[in-house]
This record gives sequence, structure tokens and C-alpha cells, in this order.
Amino acid sequence: MAHDADLIARDIEGYLAEQERKSLLRFITCGSVDDGKSTLIGRLLYESKLLFEDQLQQLEADSKRMGTQGEALDFALLVDGLSAEREQGITIDVAYRFFTTDRRKFIVADTPGHEQYTRNMVTGASTADVAVILIDARKGVLTQTRRHSYLVSLIGIRNVVLAVNKMDLVGYSQETFETIVADYRAFAERIGIERITAIPMSALRGDNVTTASDAMPWYAGPTLIEFLETVEIESGHQSRPFRMPVQWVNRPNLDFRGFAGLIAGGTVRPGDRVRVLPSGRESVVRRIVAHGGDLDEAVAGQSVTLALADEIDISRGDVLCSATEPAGVADQFEATLIWMSEEPLLPGRPYLLKIGTRVVTGTVSALKYKVNVNTLEHLAGKTLDLNEIAVCNLSLDRAVAFDAYEDNRETGGFILIDRLSNATVGAGLLHFALRRSQNVHWQALDVDKAARATLKAQKACVLWFTGLSGAGKSTVANMLEKKLFAQGRHTYLLDGDNVRHGLNKDLGFTDVDRVENIRRVAEVAKLMVDAGLIVLVSFISPFRAERRMARDLLEAGEFLEVFVDTPLAVAEQRDPKGLYRKARRGEIRNFTGIDSPYEAPENAEIRIDTTAMSPEDAADAVLERLRDAGIV
Amino acid sequence: MTALTHLQRLEAESIHIMREVVAECENPVMLYSIGKDSSVMLHLAMKAFHPAKPPFPLLHVDTTWKFREMIEFRDRTAERLGLELLVHVNREGLERGIGPFTHGSSVHTDVMKTQGLKQALDRYGFDAAFGGARRDEEKSRAKERIFSVRTAQHRWDPKQQRPELWRLYNARKAKGESLRVFPLSNWTELDIWQYIHAENIPIVPLYFAAERPVVRRDGMLIMVDDDRMPLEPDETPELRRVRFRTLGCYPLTGAIDSDADSLIAIVREMLLATTSERHGRAIDHDAAASMEKKKSEGYF
Repeated sequence: MAHDADLIARDIEGYLAEQERKSLLRFITCGSVDDGKSTLIGRLLYESKLLFEDQLQQLEADSKRMGTQGEALDFALLVDGLSAEREQGITIDVAYRFFTTDRRKFIVADTPGHEQYTRNMVTGASTADVAVILIDARKGVLTQTRRHSYLVSLIGIRNVVLAVNKMDLVGYSQETFETIVADYRAFAERIGIERITAIPMSALRGDNVTTASDAMPWYAGPTLIEFLETVEIESGHQSRPFRMPVQWVNRPNLDFRGFAGLIAGGTVRPGDRVRVLPSGRESVVRRIVAHGGDLDEAVAGQSVTLALADEIDISRGDVLCSATEPAGVADQFEATLIWMSEEPLLPGRPYLLKIGTRVVTGTVSALKYKVNVNTLEHLAGKTLDLNEIAVCNLSLDRAVAFDAYEDNRETGGFILIDRLSNATVGAGLLHFALRRSQNVHWQALDVDKAARATLKAQKACVLWFTGLSGAGKSTVANMLEKKLFAQGRHTYLLDGDNVRHGLNKDLGFTDVDRVENIRRVAEVAKLMVDAGLIVLVSFISPFRAERRMARDLLEAGEFLEVFVDTPLAVAEQRDPKGLYRKARRGEIRNFTGIDSPYEAPENAEIRIDTTAMSPEDAADAVLERLRDAGIV
Repeated sequence: MTALTHLQRLEAESIHIMREVVAECENPVMLYSIGKDSSVMLHLAMKAFHPAKPPFPLLHVDTTWKFREMIEFRDRTAERLGLELLVHVNREGLERGIGPFTHGSSVHTDVMKTQGLKQALDRYGFDAAFGGARRDEEKSRAKERIFSVRTAQHRWDPKQQRPELWRLYNARKAKGESLRVFPLSNWTELDIWQYIHAENIPIVPLYFAAERPVVRRDGMLIMVDDDRMPLEPDETPELRRVRFRTLGCYPLTGAIDSDADSLIAIVREMLLATTSERHGRAIDHDAAASMEKKKSEGYF
């Protein structure tokens, strides 16, 4: 596999011309801790003769200082990057490695075997064409092997290499190898992995990595590198229908309007008819604009700029599709979700969802079941923790263009982003649109919100009182409603305790139920605003994310957050319902302020300090704000 | 069915990354360091936004110790492409007289490059900066994401990296935070040279062998690029046929003896060479995990 030094010296032009036509294969290595992944990758780098003298010197020095192979080179040290893990001797993240042979360029995603790092494995697998699953020949198929294989098949990698490593430690036994391969095939069949190439090897000694092993004459198959150099790369969805999520509208002057994007499926030529989703408008491709001159054709995997024949409204996030085989459009889906955050998934909580180039708000409306990645059993569950996987129903705030993930990874895969921390907290695969998404339509009504409010001579709004239990929310809200009522305003007070006796009596006080509690109240408040009412909501509503969800349901200016700011010590001393005493005695669980968090508002419209003003003054202060805002 | 070559796949990925940043960030900038990787990154940007110009300026953090030929090339390039070029110098460091000969490589690099970069990003309020770093350069870079979040103090936290799946990059950040984005993450040194060859991309002449005045110091061939270089009594600059494999501050960048005076000759030399690219940079020889430490402190 070494570079052809003769050719390079003799005919560098010819060599380069050939090299520039090389293909690129991305693969992932996975296995349990100590299966020898880092050693394998280190050896691939070493054997591809791409290590330079100073790197080799560094390797020799490191091998002596902290190597585990005595006087021999410890290839794993070439690969382990961040200092923390070098000291622990483990790989803790996804690392990308590069090597080249004369036939192909390779990008390797090196991912760890620990259970807690499923997240990283899924990340590495998402861009891989092939997976190399390592097995320690002494240990055979382990729980981790099954987990990695399940994830590989979930992410849709169809080609798997089963690298049975450390054959030197089992006396290069053919029988051991064949037993392991038979075990593995039986399992792989269950999860739908079809193409398996099993190779007996020793990464440490180099058997069947790049050169055929003298110690295993009974094996006649390819070496690992031979396989990787020749396996067919699925040419990026080229045979699928045309898809291109629009990234950016290129408008340098009034005469040119181009739509930039990376083709996610199929091919495109000038004259092709395309449909824009979700709008459904159609046009014809006029030009494929490129830096060195227009193209006659572009294929999946290329970044292009398309100019269309008609001036139609297209913006970032829209998907250009084949007009004859367009993508689907929906706002409710069944999906598989892989959770990647320390903070658990809460159904009902809104997250940002990015699919293609579109970002929308999405909530998990129901967890259908969790999947135990070790046994593939289905389990019931209300939340998802880090590295858990579930099949769920997903509801978006508007319709998006999509394909099923198994048809197209790029138009069927999505990530979830936390709206407060901006962290990427989950990844998902769309299966299909829920039928109710297609059959439930908005009924257009002739009498609208503004008309109803005008009749009542007021502007509808929500006053959202938040604060600890015993802070004085209901007292102030009640006082304010009396004052509004006296002025002839049309109001309604939604009180946390009262609503829990009816609409929400099925909910408890876990984080999951608290989110659902607020979601329902927010939706009720929205209906009441639609009816033209001034709605007073008096709920602890401890989480910022849900108060924000309520705010987002309404139009700008309709939502006024009233922070009833009473220190915990004061609220606890008041303890009007005796709840704090019970919570302190451990008789009530998940009590806000005691063993469940309260996230204070950062930018409330109105803040009331109940230690400094009476409920009457507080109600007057809110009333004053309503007058200023032109609501009453 | 058209099979894409590795260079086509790398090009498409880099262009996609740049367009995502332009679409999702308010005020991006491209760090332009004048070297061959910057030349490739800039060429990709010209392609990504064609027929428009790249909708961001170039920023060069000038330590005032770059090779003169680099500065000439920089100005010529910006003019040729019609792009806005911002040059930032850490004035405070300059007034304190910080330089590689007087303060050593690590203080010089920290003050004039790392601090200078932070100053420039703060001054213009850039919320995303493209850098030309590649994962094959160095072990800690192999694990950095393509979109990498920095705190308001420009620090990198390797434990808080966001997972990057498929082509779905998360460009969101809190007020004050910013992104470093590495469109060349998956390129290798060989890919860079092959692409320069295939696309005929201009590079600084210092990469090509020529007679240059050098002195041998600490095992490196240092070019005497101007009269600020203090010479020891026993040092006399000699004219040698040399070239540079990487470019930086001239007192910190070692030349190699070479006859490679064309692109083809460079690639041939590289393929048959036995010393890795960063070997010629004084900055990397410090402690084992030096780059990771520098990055967490705000080095690009």
C-alpha cells in the first residue's frame, strides 16, 4: 500500500493526475475498550508509510515513556489525542484520522467503546460508508459488540467488517474464528445487517491488516486494507430522486438570483422541472452556475448554485425536489430519537429542530417505547437520559419537507438543540408522517381575535404570574382581577391548584408532568386570548423553557410575565398551606425550592417584591403597566 | 453514475460549511494567514459564493514579523480578488517591544498572535471566524469539531463539544460567544497540494526553492529577512538554495534545503520526504499537549 516511490520520482505529473482521480472512503471503527482500535488505526497510519521520521521518533519516545508494549512501538499512542485520555489510556471522543493509499483516501472516525459514549459513536457513524467492528478473539461477541452493531444498523451503514482481532493470543485458531463469526451472523441477521466481511487479524502484529498472514494460511479472504480499497462506495444517493435543501440565496445584483446548496439526492440538469417544498410551487432549472463556467449536470454530494426560470419565492430551508418524485411535507412524525445530553429529554418541552437547512420548533408529543440497546427490548418510559434511544411521536410548529431516513439520510435525519443552552441535545431519524398531520386542518373563522376583543373594549393578553409556592401569586392575581372586573373588563383567572383539580388532575409533580401541566395551561390561555379575554395565569411554572413556550404561543405584546419575587426563606416562613413543612419532613417529593429547582425569570415584564409592597399596591402596579401598554 | 473524486467530495463539504456559516451567523470573518491552507480556503470561498463575492472580510493578525514576501502576497491577493482585507496588529504588544528574538517564541506568539486575534475579534464583533486548520496537523485538532464554540473570553472547552452528525451543524451561540469554523478539517497536507495543483491556485513564492540568506540556529535554517535579526558574532548569513514547507513569523520558521522550484517538484519532494510539516515550526516543540493548552487559552 506504500506510495509508489519509483513512479513519483519518474513521472510525478502522471502520478498526480492519477491521484487526483482517487475516491474517498469514510469508515468508523468501533469495539469495546481494549479491543485494539487505536492500535489498529495506528498501524494503518504506520503501514501507509505516511508517518514522518520526527513522528516516528516521537512515537518511539512516547512508547518508552508510557507505552504498554515493552520495547516495541505502541501504535495506540499515535492516535490518542487529548491529554486527559492519554494519561488514562482510553479514547474519550470521536477523533478523525486520515491516511491515503495509491487507490483511495480514507477518513477514519475513531470512536470509543464505553457505554456512556454512545453519543460519540452515533456521531462518527453518521458520516461513515463502512463500519469496522472489532472483536477480541479471546472474548467473542460481547454486549458492547451487539450495541455497536445495533447503532451501526440504526444509522444505516450497510457494509460491516467484523475484525476478529488478537488472533495471535488464541493461537491463530480457525475454529475460534469461525465460532465467533457464526455467533455474530446470527445476531446481525436479527438487526438487518446484510453485508458482513469477517477478517481474522492481529493489529499488534500486523496479520491481515495490510499483508496476508503467514500464520493463518486457512484464511483466503482479503486483508482489511484490500477490502477497504475495493469496497463499493454507495455514490451518495445518486440514484434517488433529486433533493437540494436551499442553504443560501445568492443575489449579487438584480439580474441574478441563485439558490445555493449541497445536492442531497439524485442528479440535476438544466431543463429539469423542480418543485419547491413546502410551498409546492414549481419551476424549471435554467442554469447550474459554477465558478469555472456553467455545468451540464450535477450529482448528489456536490455543492452547487441553481438558477430557475421563474421568479418564485424561495428562501433558506426550502427543499428543491424532483417535480415527479417530490419529498413529503408534514408537521407530525414518528421518529427514532437518540438522546445526547446530560439533561433528560422532557416530552412537551419545545426544542429547536434542524433538518436539512431548516430550523423549526419541535416537541416530542409521546414516547412510544425506549429501546434497550443491549437486548433490543422495548421498554416503557417517560423521559430519555443521555445515550438512551426511543421511538417517539414528534410534533413541529410548522410543516417541513422530508424523506424517510432509510430513503435519504440527509433529508430524513435531524438534530435537536436546547433553546437556552444552544447545545445539541439529540439526533433523530424520521420514519413516516403521522396521518393525523395530513388530516387535521385549520378551520378558518370569520370572527377573529381582534373583533372579539374590540367588542369588549379591551386588548386581549396573558398576565403570567410565576414564583415560588407561597410567594403571593394567587393573592395578587385575585386582587388584580377584582380591580379589572370593577372596571368592566372581561377576565379569567387560571389558578394552578384549581386547574390541577380538573383539566390536569392526571398529572403529578415530576419534571415531565410539570412540563405537560404548563403546556396545557398555556394552550388554554391562548384559546382565551383568542376569545378576547384578559387572562391571569397563576402557576409556579418553575422552568424558563416552558414559560418561553407559553410566550411563543402568543403574539408579540400579548404575553406579560409577572415575576412574584419572594425569597425562599420568606415564602417558607409564610407557608400558607403548610406545604413547606411537609416537604421538609420528606412527605412531599419534587417540591419547588426544596428538592425541585425554580429558574427565576431573567427579563420579566413586571417584577413584584412582596417583601416591599402589599398585595393591593402590587395589583395597582400591574394595572398601571396595563394602562401604559394600552391594554385597558 | 458519476463517482466523485476525493477532492470533489472535500471541496463540496468545505463549500457547504462556509455557506452554513454565512446563512446562520451575523458577522463572519475569514482568518487569512497567507499560507497555502489559507490560499485554498480563500479559493473555496470564491467558489462557494460565485457569482457574488464572499460576503465577509479577510482578517490578518499581523505579528509584524512575517516574511516580507508574505505581506506583499497578501495585499496583492486581496486586490486581485477585490476583497476587503482587515489587518490587525496588537499595538500594545508592539509598544512593549514584544518580539521573538527578545521574548522567545511562546511569549511572542501569545501576545502578538493569540492576544492580537482576540483583540481583533472583539473590536469588530465577529461572531464566527473561519480558520484553515486541518485535523491531520496535530493530535488535539483531530478531535475538534468543525464548528467549535468559544466563550466570550475566547476559551475552548474540549469537554463541551457539540456532536456533529450528518451535515447538520449547530451554529447557535449565546450573546458574547463566538464560533471558530474549520472548513478544511478533513483535508490532509497532500490533499491541499493536489488541489493547488489541480486548480492552479497562487501561493506565496517562499514555498519554492530559491537562493536565500540564512543562518543555522538551534538546528534550524532561519532566513535573515530584515535587519531586525540580531546576529551572533560567529553567525554570517550564507546564501543557500532553500524553501519553506510552512509559513509564519520568519524568526520562528525553519527553511529546508531544496531544489524544488515548481509545484510539481514540491509535491514530489513532499511525497518522498521524511519530516512532518509542523517540524519546521518552533511553536510546537514545547510540552506534549502544548497545542491543546494553547487552544483552550484562545489560540486559534
